[in-house]
Amino acid sequence: MAGPAGGGPLTWRVARLVERRVETPTAQTLVLAVPGWPGHLPGQHVDVRLTAADGYQAARSYSLAAPADGDRIALTVQRVPDGEVSPYLTDVYAEGDPVEVRGPVGGWFVWRTDEPAPVLLVAGGSGVVPLMAMIRARRAAGSRTPFRLVYSVRSPTDAIYADELRRRTRDDLGLDVAYVYTRAAPEGWRGEPHRIGLADLNTHGWPPDLEPRCYVCGPTGFVETVADLLVGLGHPTRRVRTERFGPTG
Amino acid sequence: MGIVSPGFQGRPRSAAPALPPGQYLTPDFPVLSAGPTPRVPTDGWEFVVTAEDGTERRWTWAELMALPQETPTVDIHCVTRWSKLGTSWQGVSLDTLLAGVDTTARYALVHSYGGYTTNLPLADLRDGRAWVAHGYDGRPLAAEHGGPARLLVPHLYFWKSAKWVRGIRLLADDRPGFWETAGYHDYGDPWREQRYQGD
Ligand SMILES: Cc1cc2nc3c(=O)[nH]c(=O)nc-3n(C[C@H](O)[C@H](O)[C@H](O)COP(=O)(O)OP(=O)(O)OC[C@H]3O[C@@H](n4cnc5c(N)ncnc54)[C@H](O)[C@@H]3O)c2cc1C
Repeated sequence: MAGPAGGGPLTWRVARLVERRVETPTAQTLVLAVPGWPGHLPGQHVDVRLTAADGYQAARSYSLAAPADGDRIALTVQRVPDGEVSPYLTDVYAEGDPVEVRGPVGGWFVWRTDEPAPVLLVAGGSGVVPLMAMIRARRAAGSRTPFRLVYSVRSPTDAIYADELRRRTRDDLGLDVAYVYTRAAPEGWRGEPHRIGLADLNTHGWPPDLEPRCYVCGPTGFVETVADLLVGLGHPTRRVRTERFGPTG
Repeated sequence: MGIVSPGFQGRPRSAAPALPPGQYLTPDFPVLSAGPTPRVPTDGWEFVVTAEDGTERRWTWAELMALPQETPTVDIHCVTRWSKLGTSWQGVSLDTLLAGVDTTARYALVHSYGGYTTNLPLADLRDGRAWVAHGYDGRPLAAEHGGPARLLVPHLYFWKSAKWVRGIRLLADDRPGFWETAGYHDYGDPWREQRYQGD
């Protein structure tokens, strides 16, 4: 298994910012060069550690947003107001500056490109990040595994990777993307803004008898709700994998 | 000291209490688990200690409730870096549950409703350091926090405090559980920052 089980201690490596892409008004993708990066599976994450001039350190986890590209990794960071680490990464951290990263971590919330079962991805907010890594890995491997993404966002401007997802639903055969808007829906969208519910998962997910793998990622409350709904729809718990980003529900 | 990230200052931290390295304080009670929350009804619930020779001791919910109850107030530390101080619980000490169990085992593999497992040395469950907890803050323990009952071993990272606990198997040899197999540390001492294998 990749990740920390790959053997040996997980060392901190110095990573430098090589590129920054603005995804939404509050989310940015950081491309880091990490010499010696061992590679990873979609769904895994890294720990990022910051050190202040007085030696104080803070570390947080961030999902890997794309398959590795040599020694480059991509993270997408959502700025949390009053946060300690995310505002630094989105507002202060500059090209060429160092941070330390350790990983890849996590061998459970992963998708392997040779798995044949259909895949249901359910994302809330920045929870789309590890799921996008799966979508990108699927494309990179030329996989035809049927994928469906149900993506809950506040409003159209909060959708991370919106352009790429539009392109991929056109070009990547067997990938469907459906949005749920919680505050403001775009012109022409059918329905009212609402929190994700049974009907969304029924309409845009897979029925349990197709035996899909379900990956749910987002804030804790979102993940709790969606995982319970999927189990209620008849998906066996062992086929529902979850990653909870947030502090509480 | 690590490599300094220019411009990073961190949060003001003069009044910060002593926390294990790399941890920060949260007033919330985060929820972390690998899958959906199991809903385990208390009728039909049981807790089983299986000794290395296969001998079993079982408790129903009513039997657990009839045992001497304790109300530990403890600090808890999650490997995802949050710590929470002074949490108050209600439950039964593992000393009580292990009192009548005849064993020379050195290890314990804890298992949960839903299939989760985690391992620890049996000694870490003794001497007033571990409980089967069913109450939190004066209320029944909520399902997302492991209710109806979870293990509580506050001196280790919180993934050792298995939610929805169902039983403990006593073993002569150590056998890694769910996260330990996925690369997390075998023991998980927060004060020594034992997060991943090799730490
Ligand atoms: C496995 C894993 C993968 C993750 N992947 C990503 C990722 O790909 N992209 C990403 O942006 N984040 C991700 N996170 C969340 C990330 O680790 C941090 O929690 C987040 O960036 C906030 O850190 P901070 O230091 O800015 O805020 P903190 O200083 O930790 O918190 C400041 C305030 O915001 C609240 N808060 C903390 N985290 C969140 C949150 N996620 N949402 C809402 N409120 C919060 C706190 O309760 C507090 O009130 C992941 C978390 C985990 C456990």
